[in-house]
Amino acid sequence: MGSLSIDNVSLTFESRKAGKVVALNELSLEIPDKQFAVIVGPSGCGKSSLLDLIAGLRDTSGGYCRIDGDAIDRPGSDRGMVFQTYSLFPWLTVQRNIEFGPSINGVSKSQREERTAHYVHAVGLSGFENAYPSQLSGGMRQRVAIARALANNPEVLLMDEPFGALDSQTRSIMQQLLLEMWEQEHKTVLFVTHDIDEALYLGDVVYVMSARPGRIMDTITVDLDRPRDYEITTSADFIALKRRIMTSLHGEVEKTMTIM
Amino acid sequence: MTTRNSINRLLTPKKSIPASLEIGAGATVAIGILVVWCALTYGGIIDENFLPAPGAVVEAFFKVVSNGMLFKHAKVSLTEIYVGFFLSSIIAIPVGIFMGSFRIVSAAIEPVVNFMRYLPVTSLIPLLILWIGIGIEEKIAVIFLGTFFQQIVLAADVSSRVPDDILNVSYTLGASKRQVVTRVLIPATLPGVMDTLRVTMGWAWTFLVVAELVASNSGLGYMILQAMRGLHPDRIFVGIFVIGFLGLATDLGFKWFTRALLPWTEVR
Repeated sequence: MGSLSIDNVSLTFESRKAGKVVALNELSLEIPDKQFAVIVGPSGCGKSSLLDLIAGLRDTSGGYCRIDGDAIDRPGSDRGMVFQTYSLFPWLTVQRNIEFGPSINGVSKSQREERTAHYVHAVGLSGFENAYPSQLSGGMRQRVAIARALANNPEVLLMDEPFGALDSQTRSIMQQLLLEMWEQEHKTVLFVTHDIDEALYLGDVVYVMSARPGRIMDTITVDLDRPRDYEITTSADFIALKRRIMTSLHGEVEKTMTIM
Repeated sequence: MTTRNSINRLLTPKKSIPASLEIGAGATVAIGILVVWCALTYGGIIDENFLPAPGAVVEAFFKVVSNGMLFKHAKVSLTEIYVGFFLSSIIAIPVGIFMGSFRIVSAAIEPVVNFMRYLPVTSLIPLLILWIGIGIEEKIAVIFLGTFFQQIVLAADVSSRVPDDILNVSYTLGASKRQVVTRVLIPATLPGVMDTLRVTMGWAWTFLVVAELVASNSGLGYMILQAMRGLHPDRIFVGIFVIGFLGLATDLGFKWFTRALLPWTEVR
């Protein structure tokens, strides 16, 4: 199981420059098990902070995040995370990076190797098991990061703009790969992005977030057939949804321009 | 490539040049210095009591090798520097890593460390002589105090630069705080720690020679001082060259060791 429930969550912090900052204000979300949920919003809207809260990397200032009904108060291997910066361990090979979670959690060597081999193959990195991250391209690094998160068998996969640093061709290949893996694994995914096309292409549901203080402005159910391929991004339905998100985000982006 | 093109390349910042040209440029400068040295000495332009000829330095080198003086003094200097440096490193590096990553450690020791590191260790030499004497222990103390606080500050800097994301991702993979420190934070600092050791080793050589010149009864610095007193500029040069080569060998050793120990980094 892997259902998430975000219940009236607020986050405020002190910033030396701006004083008291309200990043999130009484935000609520329900993400059922096995859903691919996407949050799209302008930069600085607090969407990454929300992922940190769900991951248990920081504490809420009010409200609760719950996984399968249990309040989250610390990080745990039930919530895997993929960061925009890849955040691989540079001193470990591809193989060892992917094995890191299972080895920490006491999975036996043979099982660990089997799982690693499976994910190395699944993300298309066969033959690169013994390479170090510094020898890989950005797209390949992010493949390792995804494999590392999944090899730990989390209930929920949290993805913080994972493809934001990639060029657009690599990004669309990675989106395709992620969808294929999700079709197989069927885990709950919470994916954060500022790219509207990416949000609609990947998600079952897209939550549109406002500028700071972050709250959910619009919830869009994406009724596009699965499995999806890139053709879909030029269909009339897709474009209609895109227009709807663009309209609601437009004012928000202007707001952040005046705040900054 | 036309000549014009290759000249153009030489004058463009940060452009690579052919390997043969790179070696040639290095050799030209080194040989040039040697030629000037020969011309000045063999040409009789400078008095040999002031600047000895290359031949005299080589002769003096074989003399101090054959009478065992060089090995005796080099052994003393190497013992002093490696013991002092080792003792300093095994304490300073862990302390520095913790200082860079735990606020409580930096709050507790940063004021003292910052005071001590701007205190030139050379100013402590008279006090150390008074306390410990002029033997090998005093030299070890000078090297220890000279490198210790610098190493703490440099290691702390390395540790504070470990990206938060790789610690955070470790927590989400199920690592405990202890595992994050031992399996992520410490390995992540290793390349920077090796750089720190290399840089501070260079400083340690300076402190060693200063300490030996101020007061000692053995060591390469002492050998140089004795040569000065006996008016043997050729032996002074031998001492200087030996110190230079030992320093260079240590540096190459560090590079090799880093490459062997940390194959994922690119050694500059």
